[in-house]
Amino acid sequence: MNYGIVSQEQIEQIDAILTDKLIKLGVDCVIVIDMAGNIITAKDNSENKYDVYSFAALAAGNFATVDAMAKLVGEEEFSLLFHKGQESSIHFSKIDEELLLISMFGQEISLGFLRLNVVDVIEQIKRLWNKS
Amino acid sequence: MSFINLKEKVVQVKIVYYGPGRCGKTTNLEYINRSFRNQIVSEMVSLKTHGDRTLFFDFLPFNMGKIKGYDIKIQLYTVPGQVKYNATRKLVLRGVDGIVFVADAMVKQREKNIRSLNQLHENLLSYKESIFKVPLVMQYNKVDLKEHGIPILPTEILQKDLNSRLQAPYFEASAVTGYNVPATLKKVIASTIISIQKKLF
Repeated sequence: MNYGIVSQEQIEQIDAILTDKLIKLGVDCVIVIDMAGNIITAKDNSENKYDVYSFAALAAGNFATVDAMAKLVGEEEFSLLFHKGQESSIHFSKIDEELLLISMFGQEISLGFLRLNVVDVIEQIKRLWNKS
Repeated sequence: MSFINLKEKVVQVKIVYYGPGRCGKTTNLEYINRSFRNQIVSEMVSLKTHGDRTLFFDFLPFNMGKIKGYDIKIQLYTVPGQVKYNATRKLVLRGVDGIVFVADAMVKQREKNIRSLNQLHENLLSYKESIFKVPLVMQYNKVDLKEHGIPILPTEILQKDLNSRLQAPYFEASAVTGYNVPATLKKVIASTIISIQKKLF
């Protein structure tokens, strides 16, 4: 069994990337989880408080379900998911085989702009993660 | 895969309640949710059908306090027990650290227990895990039914059917009344934490 351990330094670097690229952009809350539903780190804009532990469990389940559906239709994966609501929306994006990035945001951010930044964040986190 | 955050000193541990349909996995979690309110920070999440059967999983985060300065967060999950949901059952097992196998002690459920345990074995293999290595606790549930005149398998038979090779710790229990529900939980947490410690240090 593999155990995931992240150092304080790694978490701080990931937190800095998330804050700089997503929270400053106006994203309400951003969570990095693993596929088993554990939280690696979570950042919010301190206005919106979510129950991130339950969220992580549900998000991992949701992503795994969609992944299984992708295989049924012959796709390797659906690497991103997007749920749109009246006030807030959720964007899921796969970082690698183990990690998932989830952003919760309101109407003031355009999906396109968010996606551009998410791609950037994923690249940076991947580089950090693979160093360990 | 348990997850250890060295910055915030948090260890997240995933424990899954597994077993055949209607054996009492969700009832175990509901009892824990009612009895340990002060250790539970958020609401229990249940994804179920209109008929109150588990569709995907139940989820209950449970704070265990600190060990050597680390906050231990236990994440309790159940799987859906119905035969047709094996695909989702498998998904819940991903990254599991410890398992409670809840067996239904009713005589008529004997075969279903065995089938479910076999499938657990196969499902773990698909993640390259072994049922002989994952911390496991057996729970023989519904022993209270004996008082109501419903035929119950003696523990020796259940042990022989399910636990003769695994030799896991076991408890007779009644999830409805709570009998041995905390004991099962304590045992699985202890075995899981010990196994994580062994692998880390």
